[in-house]
Amino acid sequence: MNLDINKIKTDFPILNREVRPGTRLVYLDSTATAQKPGIVIDSMKQYYETNNANIHRGIHQLAEEATAMYESARQKIAIFIHARSTKEIVFTRNATESINLVAQTWGRKFLQAGDLIILTEMEHHSNLVPWQMLAEEKNLELDFIPVTENGELDLDTYDLLLEKKPKLVAFTHMSNVLGTINPAKEMIEKAHNAGALVLVDGAQSVPHFSVDVTDLNADFYVFSAHKMVGPTGIGVLYGKEKLLAEMPPFLGGGDMIKKVLLRSFKPNDLPHKFEAGTPAIAEAIGFGKAIDYLSAIGMENIANHEKKITQYALQKLKDVENLKVFCPNVTERGGVISFELGFVHPHDVAQVLDHYGIAVRAGHHCAMPLHEKFGLPATSRASFYLYNDYEDVDLLVIGLQHVNEMFA
Amino acid sequence: MDDFYRELIVEHYKNPAYKGTLDPNDFTYEDENPLCGDHIRVDLRVDEKQIITEAVFSGHGCAISQASADLLMESIIGKPLDEVKNMTKETVLELLGIQLGPVRLKCALLSLKVLKAGLYGIGNIEEELLEI
Ligand SMILES: Cc1ncc(COP(=O)(O)O)c(C=O)c1O
Repeated sequence: MNLDINKIKTDFPILNREVRPGTRLVYLDSTATAQKPGIVIDSMKQYYETNNANIHRGIHQLAEEATAMYESARQKIAIFIHARSTKEIVFTRNATESINLVAQTWGRKFLQAGDLIILTEMEHHSNLVPWQMLAEEKNLELDFIPVTENGELDLDTYDLLLEKKPKLVAFTHMSNVLGTINPAKEMIEKAHNAGALVLVDGAQSVPHFSVDVTDLNADFYVFSAHKMVGPTGIGVLYGKEKLLAEMPPFLGGGDMIKKVLLRSFKPNDLPHKFEAGTPAIAEAIGFGKAIDYLSAIGMENIANHEKKITQYALQKLKDVENLKVFCPNVTERGGVISFELGFVHPHDVAQVLDHYGIAVRAGHHCAMPLHEKFGLPATSRASFYLYNDYEDVDLLVIGLQHVNEMFA
Repeated sequence: MDDFYRELIVEHYKNPAYKGTLDPNDFTYEDENPLCGDHIRVDLRVDEKQIITEAVFSGHGCAISQASADLLMESIIGKPLDEVKNMTKETVLELLGIQLGPVRLKCALLSLKVLKAGLYGIGNIEEELLEI
């Protein structure tokens, strides 16, 4: 089914604004954060106006309503990613915090000096630094699946790395720089055969295509609401129930306990064991609405739409002189295109495009090692979501031609 | 911003007047902004009264960093070395004649950071330049 983009565009209030008088917004930075539909924004306002209360402890009417709304959001998320139960859905602040949670609880408890963790060269800093910190603390080894010239993971080398019997493999489902969608299911199966657990960084996958964590057989899967038309400040750690149950708590405080004595405590049941203190209640409710919104449109339809826009963009960008797409021939790719424009610095590309109301990203996109590997200090990046259309791509192309004229 | 940017690029980025290196020199220093890969080196010559007689920059980066380096070199020639001490973020923004967001500000201030760190040591420069 084709998406009705004109209708979708009107669902997002910000897309109707002018960046400057007479210049409409062309938002091509959804990989950094997505825009929010009115129903998500309204659901949070509505909650504060009619239900606001602290959850889980109160006995009054508002507290019961707020608790039910918060837990219903968890239910929606469990269904959305096909978890077996809501016990497997832990609310965190974002994907980054979810990864840190696993490193600091599972990692600290179960890994020992000399143990190996396998990562990849295309990771976002949030799936590198937490492991570097843990490796330093516990004297662990880190190794990396290389990225090929084509922008894909070198799976032959992965097989060799698995022979070293890693304890954990952690990789991104989709690259936020190259758009590469990695063969997660196959990679997870191989890791399991080698005796390793797997954490998948789903920050760029869950927003853009249908993900079934049970079918993938992922041990841990992490993502953020703000990249999937939900609010900032809330994310998810999915973990298999058996693993979460064996892990020590992360932060200590209220809500994560069952019983507290002066010198000891008994942790709460899953998933509350990992949710210390008052959580982002309004954000959880907004997150639930975001899932309603995406589900109503259909993740298959969104993925197909993005595929079409991306293919169109890759074709049209060929008309821009001096433009070189960073790994144009990735076979399985999502709606992310990073590029260089001759000798024009990405900051200048972004600044001139901004003048035409076009928002793109310039920099290393929190993936310095990947840029280093390809000898690039920085790139420009355009990314697409359900609200982008062919006209947005055409405007980008015209904007880039202006950049060329200016710097010619 | 359009006209300004266009002018800046044409005048100072494409045709910098003070780009190059000096050999021998009295002062040379270089540094980079790791976030965007901009790299700037500054070379100076001074006379016996410690007046700057020649100042050039080299390196690569975005239009803002290159143009502000060119403008900065132009502005310090003929001045006593001591006066560089008093130059701040505001000096550079005045030379550029625009307001910049926090990211672009770092690009603009890289050359001043290099200049001051070279003259006074990286430990003796202002907080706002160190953050670059
Ligand atoms: C692949 C990937 N992983 C992790 C993250 C981190 O997400 P957050 O900042 O919401 O924790 C991002 C965000 O840019 C990302 O693109």
